[in-house]
Amino acid sequence: MEIYLDNSATTQVAATVRDIMVETMDMEYGNPSSMHLKGVAAEKYIRGAKETLARILKVQEKEIFFTSGGTESNNMAIIGAAMAHKRRGMHLITTKIEHPCVTKPMQYLEEQGFEVTWLNVDEYGVVSLDELKNAIREDTILVSIMYVNNEIGAVQPIKEAAELIKKINPKTLFHVDAIQAFGKYQIYPSRMGIDLMSISGHKFHGPKGIGALYVKDKVRIRPLILGGGQQQDMRSGTENVPGIAGIGMAAKVAYTDFAEKRAHQMALKDFFIDEISKLDGVKVNSRKGEDGAPHIVSVSFEGVRSEVLLHSLEEKGIYVSAGSACSSNKPAVSSTLAAIGLPKNLLDSTLRFSFSSQTTKEELEYCIESLRSLLQILRRYRAK
Amino acid sequence: MENRFQAFLIKYAEIGCKGKNRYIFEDALVKQIRHALKPVDGQFTVSKESGRIYVNCEGEYDYEETITALKRVFGIVGICPLVQIDDNGFEDLKEQVVAYMDRTYPDKNITFKVVARRARKNYPVDSMTMNALLGEAILQAFPEISVDVHEPDVFLNVEIRNRINIYSEIIPGPGGMPVGTAGKAMLLLSGGIDSPVAGYMVAKRGVKLDAVYFHAPPYTSERAKQKVVDLARRVARYSGPIQLHVINFTDIQLYIYEKCPHEELTIIMRRYMMRIAETIAKENECLGLITGESIGQVASQTMQSLAATNEVCTLPVFRPVIAFDKQDIVDISVKIDTYETSVLPYEDCCTIFVAKHPVTKPNVNVIRKNERKLEENIDELVKIALETDEKIWVEAD
Repeated sequence: MEIYLDNSATTQVAATVRDIMVETMDMEYGNPSSMHLKGVAAEKYIRGAKETLARILKVQEKEIFFTSGGTESNNMAIIGAAMAHKRRGMHLITTKIEHPCVTKPMQYLEEQGFEVTWLNVDEYGVVSLDELKNAIREDTILVSIMYVNNEIGAVQPIKEAAELIKKINPKTLFHVDAIQAFGKYQIYPSRMGIDLMSISGHKFHGPKGIGALYVKDKVRIRPLILGGGQQQDMRSGTENVPGIAGIGMAAKVAYTDFAEKRAHQMALKDFFIDEISKLDGVKVNSRKGEDGAPHIVSVSFEGVRSEVLLHSLEEKGIYVSAGSACSSNKPAVSSTLAAIGLPKNLLDSTLRFSFSSQTTKEELEYCIESLRSLLQILRRYRAK
Repeated sequence: MENRFQAFLIKYAEIGCKGKNRYIFEDALVKQIRHALKPVDGQFTVSKESGRIYVNCEGEYDYEETITALKRVFGIVGICPLVQIDDNGFEDLKEQVVAYMDRTYPDKNITFKVVARRARKNYPVDSMTMNALLGEAILQAFPEISVDVHEPDVFLNVEIRNRINIYSEIIPGPGGMPVGTAGKAMLLLSGGIDSPVAGYMVAKRGVKLDAVYFHAPPYTSERAKQKVVDLARRVARYSGPIQLHVINFTDIQLYIYEKCPHEELTIIMRRYMMRIAETIAKENECLGLITGESIGQVASQTMQSLAATNEVCTLPVFRPVIAFDKQDIVDISVKIDTYETSVLPYEDCCTIFVAKHPVTKPNVNVIRKNERKLEENIDELVKIALETDEKIWVEAD
């Protein structure tokens, strides 16, 4: 039995996605920049994918750029925006619960002389709009806030944040890391006041190694990858045609029967939270209903090391993530769990369960039962 | 591009003085050299000729890879790259020798001495005359160079065989004895820095290796096991293929944790590891156990602790790094390329449930008494662990 509850780490590639990718490798293997017919045929896949994404996001095709994944999209947005606008100001704003592919570029920019304001979050991992309001200044060139937190599924007030930013300083750019949100939310960046938005293919049943960045028309950012001038000079390098075809198809699949799939996951999440709350010594760090993302549940288990529980579940065919990667040799405490004020003893006792539209109630029931018995055994041998 | 050197002369020391057993050692060395050269780009023949071992390279080959491979063969003390030429008369030989010196030593501010040998006694010029005439030709060609017959910088060897070998460089080999000439031993491989080094050091004395790793799922992960396999692959570059035994130790460890005093957990665990390792060792014709223990490094490696773990074995336990400082062990692990793998941060079974203050001076009688608390189930648990031994054949990477 294989029960995959780690869909925030990556997802299984959908069959239709695989098929279109194989097509671009077997038959339409041309370089989209080539002048001949093989090039034109390959380019069609790129145009198709752009069209799909543009329609889903309700944006223009020319506002979509393909990258090597979510990390590159976030780097490109943040470093690219900072470099393009540093003469206007050197102030950036982000939160304390971002993914490392946002925090690391921010820290890099701090080293380059930029000033970064790191916003706090409340006990549910939600950023404070008041704090944001007070942080925005004349010289603030960029605000970057994630849509859905990858560790606990906290949802940020993106629309309200955008309104606030644009009201206080219309020149401030707003970047949204929507890597965990795309496929789970209807997101319309141009209508919501978002200037830059990152997505990643493999989080919604697409392939690894492909991502996209929405860059609002007329918004200037400096490209990070220089070369042959592909993608309007914004991102050089021969386009990853199989990946692009794949992400396009995956987006199409994700937003087909969207409401049903979303409701299914939301119901599973609520069921899972209800059931797991009945176990002893458990603290759920994610929220039910629309207060949290439909697919992520973070749970802390008193007196059990997350790594051990993870491997015990693995023995039963259940795959999950540790809330924070900790080991005796290299402590690396999660920034999100620390930011929501999780007690120290639970930091290293937290697992993340993340679902997909394929996840079933039976799988979750089996998972809960397994946890019930494993917790009992593992707690018998808790540290003396 | 054709290589400058067409063959290598392999120098070996200790095995030269093993009397009537000499051929066993030489044959083992030839075998190990052949094995080491298998993955190298090129065609090689390894031959024994009048008490010397030659590696002949047929056609093109990768020089760097060849040297790297030979430097990992225990028993080799020196590798001499040979320029081989055909015998086209003595005048030609003079020219070739001068050309060799010119190319090998761009800076001619050196002293040298010619050492000529005739394996083919019908060669028209005798050794002494050759020394003089070749030396003279070199002196004439390069005014800065000079002869020193007592302590020259360079010994220029010229050997007259069917073809003629010219060489002067000696690349140091690892020394030691060819693997397979001393029997086999069982290495307790933990995933840390010390045990791969210990395995390497004992293998260097000609000992073939088997290894045992104690796995404790779910407390240790699949990656921790993969790390041990990776380490074994590195050690196998020197020792040859290793039979790795993976023993599931979880139930034994938990049982000890439950029944025995916490501060004695590690010592008692190690006693069971030694017992299990010895059982597997004996089943597999190993003549000893190898550990990476070093006096005083951790609580379980004090003299008293070592005595407590040692007493459960009848086979000799080899501890080659027993008197090494950590840094000395690290230096060797860097040299043999195991260090970076060893420091990967995966939990191993010795760090789980470890007591804050484990005993450092265990009293063997107390330990024995406390071990009796395990009487009810331990034999059965050990039996199961031995029966579920997962065997992995590990070849060099």
